[in-house]
Amino acid sequence: MFDLIISTLTQGFIYALLSYGIYITYKILDFPDLTVDGSFPLGAAIAAVLLVKEVNPFVALLAAIAVGAVAGLVTGVIHVKFGVRDLLAGIITMTALFSINLQIAGSNLAVERAIDTIFTSGPIIAVMGNASLMMRKFVMSLIVALIFKFILDWYLSTKSGMLLRAVGDNSTLVTTLAKDKGVVKIVGLVIANALVALSGAMVCMEQRAFSSTMGTGQMVFGLAAVIIGTTLFRKVSFVKGTTAVLVGSVFYKACIQIAISLGLPANLMKLATAVLFLIILILGNRQKGGAEHA
Amino acid sequence: MLELKHIKKIYNPGTISETLLFEDFNLNVPDGEFVSIVGSNGSGKTSMLNIICGSIPIQGGEVLIGGKDIAKMKDFQRYRTIGRVYQDPSAGTCPNLTMLENMSLADNKGKPFGLGRGVNKAREDYYKEQLSILGLGLENKMNVKLGALSGGQRQAATLIMATLTPIQFLILDEHTAALDPKTADIIMELTDKVVKEKKLTAMMVTHNLRYATDYGSRLIMMDKGHIVFDKGGEEKAKTKVDDILDIFTSISIECGN
Repeated sequence: MFDLIISTLTQGFIYALLSYGIYITYKILDFPDLTVDGSFPLGAAIAAVLLVKEVNPFVALLAAIAVGAVAGLVTGVIHVKFGVRDLLAGIITMTALFSINLQIAGSNLAVERAIDTIFTSGPIIAVMGNASLMMRKFVMSLIVALIFKFILDWYLSTKSGMLLRAVGDNSTLVTTLAKDKGVVKIVGLVIANALVALSGAMVCMEQRAFSSTMGTGQMVFGLAAVIIGTTLFRKVSFVKGTTAVLVGSVFYKACIQIAISLGLPANLMKLATAVLFLIILILGNRQKGGAEHA
Repeated sequence: MLELKHIKKIYNPGTISETLLFEDFNLNVPDGEFVSIVGSNGSGKTSMLNIICGSIPIQGGEVLIGGKDIAKMKDFQRYRTIGRVYQDPSAGTCPNLTMLENMSLADNKGKPFGLGRGVNKAREDYYKEQLSILGLGLENKMNVKLGALSGGQRQAATLIMATLTPIQFLILDEHTAALDPKTADIIMELTDKVVKEKKLTAMMVTHNLRYATDYGSRLIMMDKGHIVFDKGGEEKAKTKVDDILDIFTSISIECGN
């Protein structure tokens, strides 16, 4: 039981990184970004290939962040410079990434036990060498999730971050501030997909595997985490959005874990994810009074 | 000095609904002038403002500010020297940001939005002092989100935000039209105060003939893409609401209304 709780929390922390990304696009920019289903496995593919080549696992994470950023840049440029609708711009990049990911990784890829990941090397061994692998994964994931939460909190309080919030809130104002709202949107997509790819790379290290289909439904997971988190803390103004999303991610992973523990067959996982998400959306709307669309 | 030279504007060019608004439109606005613009719907008032700001494309002509042609510049580039208050009170502020954050954004106009702190606490007193010009008590709402304020309060805040940094032009696009009569009067009075205090060149489109005659140093009436009435200085001061109303009615009768 204890093991199950720890591993669920670990999953929640790793997927919180993905959820931060969707918090930026969905909640701040008001941009339904489907790139996520492609940039998540992109991060995993890069990490898997670099790990197999015995590159330092922390360098592999940085590489995942960089390629994720490029994926976001592509979607942003397609949308802003060529005027393709937001949803379609994301779908184009996502579809292209499916092939690109397979090109990068060759095929589904397993990372052997002998290869070090961020959970089995460097600082975490120095500090917690005697602890079980499960505890190390737990602590490491929590640390990474918190580091990026604080970085994001800091960024959103800078001038650049405030402009990002302004674009989603009222893009007309950004234009009258003599700033190109398109560029600001692209910056948001770059940051968001960098975080999503980082999350994918962490999952790859945790599972020691990359699969070409691991991106399916990740956008829905992130959306659910964001909506649960921000709904839970709607009335509590001192809780930052990122904190709410972190909690939402853990909460949603826990819900899915409970469903599996109750005997849900693995084949029905995505169905359960979708139904759970729908329930959350409906409950969220009820709370608002029903009439308003989410 | 703002100059519109030989402006040609066609809506929906090349389609069956093609409409010619401006054939050869010309207007000069010297620095320091406060121009009120009236005219019926479709006369080209708002189109003219949009052409100055670069919000809509033109098919020919020049837009000069200080002798420099800005017709090729993108809208956001032109706003470096232009401030604008829209009809919609929610268009000029960010509803989910606080007053302090909104003011900080406006204060940073024309400077790079880098990784420095977004909210500059040291400037808070200055923002409060600026907001206190309005006399609406907004200086005590620094940590309130703008979405929680009334339309009039937001429009007043927009006015201060649009003029917080040095600009050459203030564009007022029916900025009192969405407000109740009393609030509209207050906002109009504040606009006049801000324009005078900051010595701005302003262009105001309005449907309120009383505002057009009571405020500003020049009055223009437009009809079907032409200027049909243009008075400044002494002559403008002597113009009464009834005078414009007469012209307004005669134009409408010609149209067959």
